[in-house]
Amino acid sequence: MSELRDTPLPETPLLEPPLLETRSLVKRFPVRHGLTRRLAGHVTAVDGVSLRVAPGETLGLVGESGCGKSTVARLLTRLERPTSGTVRFAGQDLAGLDERRLRPVRRELQMVFQDPLSSLNPRQTVRRILASPFAYQGLEPDEPVERLLERVGLRADHADRHPHEFSGGQAQRIGIARALALRPKLVVCDEPVSALDVSVQAQILNLLKDLQDEYGLAYLFIAHDLGAVRQISTRIAVMYLGAVVETTDRDTLFATPAHPYTRALLSAVPLPDPDAERGRERIVLRGDLPSPLDPPSGCRFRTRCPKAADRCAAERPALRAIVPGHEVACHFPEEMP
Amino acid sequence: MSLLTVRGLTVDFGSGVRAVAGLDLDLAAGQVLGVVGESGSGKSVTSLAVLGLLPRDARVGGEIHFDGRELTGLDRRSLRRLRGNRIAMVFQDPLSCLNPYYPVAFQIAEAYRAHHRAGRKAAHRVAVRMLERVGIPEPERRARSYPHEFSGGMRQRVMIAMALCLEPDLLIADEPTTALDVTVQAQILGLLRELRQEAGTAIMLITHDMGVVAGLADHVVVMHDGRAVERGTVHDVFHRPQEAYTRGLLACVPRIDGPLPHRLPTLEASS
Repeated sequence: MSELRDTPLPETPLLEPPLLETRSLVKRFPVRHGLTRRLAGHVTAVDGVSLRVAPGETLGLVGESGCGKSTVARLLTRLERPTSGTVRFAGQDLAGLDERRLRPVRRELQMVFQDPLSSLNPRQTVRRILASPFAYQGLEPDEPVERLLERVGLRADHADRHPHEFSGGQAQRIGIARALALRPKLVVCDEPVSALDVSVQAQILNLLKDLQDEYGLAYLFIAHDLGAVRQISTRIAVMYLGAVVETTDRDTLFATPAHPYTRALLSAVPLPDPDAERGRERIVLRGDLPSPLDPPSGCRFRTRCPKAADRCAAERPALRAIVPGHEVACHFPEEMP
Repeated sequence: MSLLTVRGLTVDFGSGVRAVAGLDLDLAAGQVLGVVGESGSGKSVTSLAVLGLLPRDARVGGEIHFDGRELTGLDRRSLRRLRGNRIAMVFQDPLSCLNPYYPVAFQIAEAYRAHHRAGRKAAHRVAVRMLERVGIPEPERRARSYPHEFSGGMRQRVMIAMALCLEPDLLIADEPTTALDVTVQAQILGLLRELRQEAGTAIMLITHDMGVVAGLADHVVVMHDGRAVERGTVHDVFHRPQEAYTRGLLACVPRIDGPLPHRLPTLEASS
């Protein structure tokens, strides 16, 4: 699993220098067992992830549970420290920064969480919640809280209420307002709509797009829902068991997915159309995700892959460009039409 | 001939909340009825009412006929006999429905023995056969595993095995794949589709996911605020929805195919 980490990134056409760039990011967690908390091994949650987010774009990061996408979010925002690899934000390496030197970075790099209610302090009023980013930065708010609430589609008189007085969708709007308060350049959104009803999901996705149009924000949008990811992303990276297996622009990913996992994932999404759904060729994967404690040799996906061959067990495929801007980690990627 | 007929169902809770406000449902033998709606629409309360599993403070009105028998007002013992034997259920969270202290095959065998005269060994053999039937690899060995040793998808297979070992006429599946990843969801939906074809089990499928309904249901009821706002064949509801609410619900789901709007149409809901 280590031969990949020093592989240079394939050339991708990028007009602007990236706002955020990770190289060969690795995070290992110790796994402890029993009363004595004996060290039983390590689980590699993130295993050599290299990503780029350009200013103003949305990179969608998709994958199923346990693929490491939320750990990536926590590494980017330095809620966790990487085991190895680098995270550069606006040209600065975040790895070596202590809490004091991270503070100015946090002004520009914010996060929105999945569960809006548990990410808001239940004892504080909305006014206080939205003032806390300024307090942490030692700044005076540059606009009244009421104005900020209106920006995210809430009312001025919501400012003096407590989180429990809001629905899930409204609470997520407060979470978004808190992330936006400092006018960041990048917002990492970790499953921001998956706890919400479909009609509320649509409203939050629209809000995120409107705010992006207005402020030129970049997003890293993490989700397992491929429909939501398609709706909001400009580029998409697909993760499987700790690694990126495919990355390209949104339309290419949905039109001509090249990695067998991406193809299976897309074919598994139920379409809200009974005719399309019944006539559909489905690639149903065998079995379950292998344990990340004991990942398969070579290609991580080979145990469930319909195309697996001997080479896949022996050699881990590197992420490489099959055409400019479309990178796939597979020995046998789907031929382009 | 209708297997399940619900007429004018109302459910009120002690707190004064009316969760279901006059609902009619019809499900024929061997058919799949999709009941869709957002949270709070009353779809899960409806399934619990059919099963007779509502808490004591709930007041149920209206009629529920199952295979010609009236279920409302039936005593607990008769209801219990009916559940399992004729009506089985699968819920969203399999882990909280399984006992962590017993191996999975033991729990399936226990359900089987509650309704059949069978010895431990015979019931165990039934359990292993059911595990094999729902696609658990190495069923002989995995029969002795505990729920925590299984993944979410495998646990849901165990729940389905438990429901099926009694060969019910009706399976009530309440958000059976909501907690699962899409590739595992595809496996479980495939399994439900097979069951319906091979065993002729009627399924009442309760979900918020329009895609899941489109792939499995014959008929659809769209619920909103405790009422059916639209009903029809799956084809009619998806291709010719009559109600604005149904159209809105279909339009606001971001899709992986088709045209991509810059902004999604939204329902006027209370966000």
